[in-house]
Amino acid sequence: MSSLSLFLTVFLTGIVLVVAGLGIAILLAPKSFNLQKGEPYECGIITHGTSWMQFKAGYYLYAILYLMFDVETIFLFPWATIVRDLGYQGLYSILFFIVILGLGLAYAWKKNVLKWD
Amino acid sequence: MDIQFILYKIILIVAILLLSLMVAMYSTLAERKVAGFFQDRLGPNRAGIFGLLQPVADGLKLFMKEEFMPANADKVLYIMGPSLTMLVALLSSAVIPWGGTLIIAGREFALQVADVNIGVLYVFAVVSIGVYGIMIGGWASNNKYALMGSVRAASQMISYELAMSMSIVTIVMTTGSLSLNEIVTQQQGMHWNVFTQPIGFVVFLICAFAETNRAPFDLPECDSELIGGYHTEYSSMKLGFYLFSEYINMFISSAMIASLYFGGYDFPFMHDMGLSHNMVTLMGTAALFLKITFFGFLFMWIRWTLPRFRYDQLMRFGWKGLMPWAIANMVLTGFFYMLFKK
Amino acid sequence: MLSLYVFFFLSAVTLVSAVMVLLSKKPIHSVLYLTLTFFTLAGHYIMLNAQFLAVVHIIVYAGAIMVLFLFTVMLLNLNIEGEFQKSTVMKFVAAIAGGMIFLVLIGTLKSFDVTTVGDPSMTQIGLVKNLGKTLYSQYLMPFELSSILFLSAMVGAVMLGKKDKN
Repeated sequence: MSSLSLFLTVFLTGIVLVVAGLGIAILLAPKSFNLQKGEPYECGIITHGTSWMQFKAGYYLYAILYLMFDVETIFLFPWATIVRDLGYQGLYSILFFIVILGLGLAYAWKKNVLKWD
Repeated sequence: MDIQFILYKIILIVAILLLSLMVAMYSTLAERKVAGFFQDRLGPNRAGIFGLLQPVADGLKLFMKEEFMPANADKVLYIMGPSLTMLVALLSSAVIPWGGTLIIAGREFALQVADVNIGVLYVFAVVSIGVYGIMIGGWASNNKYALMGSVRAASQMISYELAMSMSIVTIVMTTGSLSLNEIVTQQQGMHWNVFTQPIGFVVFLICAFAETNRAPFDLPECDSELIGGYHTEYSSMKLGFYLFSEYINMFISSAMIASLYFGGYDFPFMHDMGLSHNMVTLMGTAALFLKITFFGFLFMWIRWTLPRFRYDQLMRFGWKGLMPWAIANMVLTGFFYMLFKK
Repeated sequence: MLSLYVFFFLSAVTLVSAVMVLLSKKPIHSVLYLTLTFFTLAGHYIMLNAQFLAVVHIIVYAGAIMVLFLFTVMLLNLNIEGEFQKSTVMKFVAAIAGGMIFLVLIGTLKSFDVTTVGDPSMTQIGLVKNLGKTLYSQYLMPFELSSILFLSAMVGAVMLGKKDKN
């Protein structure tokens, strides 16, 4: 059995469990209709404006920084598996890589991007 | 492959997924019992002895409750959010080695669904797509508190994922393999990674708390500010999925911590007690579950010990606290290997 | 035999979800369909015995880039239907650009030598150790240069996203 078919089996079993859970809930749960139930759950007063609105950019910046470092870490994984075969040369080449990216982190730090306000 | 093997794998997959659900159910009881212990009260004790039937009652209640959807919600995504969260939580159990091998009728059966050579990265991938369920659900409910909670959750999870993956890189450096089974096997004979990687362990542990949205990092659902966070608008089994998946994630995280840092199914004098192969495997699995129980208890212990972080503290801690430590730990480990273990 | 069915299933899902990226009305649905496309592509990588590439594909594309997209669509409130009415000039330029990509694809396919690929389970190049050995010896220079690319991207994002208060 290849690993792909194993993962597909796990995936399908998971889907079956989730669908079963939702299905049983639909079968067992009572149903009633009331217009008030459709309102957003807040403090009782009708919500002002829509909930889908613009957010602060801080979250977005974190996401961009995360993307950069995520790709960096991915590069580190193949290096980590063979670090002992590569020796000092491999260590220095990865050190260069980390230092360059550390500069990026330091820049973001300096520019107060990492500071939440 | 032959039919016997395929059948075994399918039984194993179903058993592990059902086991995860059972553990999640009883974790809710354990959580309430532990909370009761810490607050000097009894906790649930009416349903069955020691409240042992309480999770069953809770589950039934979730099924029996009416579910309704906010009128302005995105209908498809509203259902997809909790389902995806649950599905993703169930997926990660596939690569964790739950024990050694069992020899039945002269054939060897591994207590692991898939021993892939990228096991650690698979878990990492599953963790990184765990964001989707929460974001989709919170956004689709069309509620300001829910959206706020889901954005907080996503931001927090991606921030702590970095430090987590860096500490995994360090583990990979010591073992030279991405296969979880290999990592566990190399730790046998009490060569547990926690002894050589204490910093990495602490970083990983903290990140596991943040990834599972547990206290003190439970900002996405902090009830005093956001009602219930991303699951504010959910009811019935969809709410149950969100709550359940948190406990499944806790279970899987504990299993990951045990496998990466505490030798997985390894226990002292494993091969020196003269036990049969199958007996060693079963005791190993028991040892693994003992470790998982301990870390599950740790999750609950810390929940009732530490107060919640403020959002700016959370972000500062993740980026300016854990990240430099994780990077420094990695570089130091690299030099250490060059100097001593050549 | 099983792998053939899996291949057809994955390909069908890939194509359908890729088309749905274009057809769905809400941008957020497009983003989610694109994520699904990436997942099925990762499935194709696994079938070619490139498991590392598959999981990296999921981590980077589905786990990071698409989360960024999701943030953008959700937080910048781009989810209003039918708001993106472009001018005629824009449509014209877009049609030319799209047509040129189409031509390039056709040209590549025509010049492409269709050979039978050997059994993918026999090739070991996609495995992580071999990848690491190649990357850190043969392609060391491009790898180091990519770090500078990351740095410039990071600095650019910080510059654009963060306005100094004073």
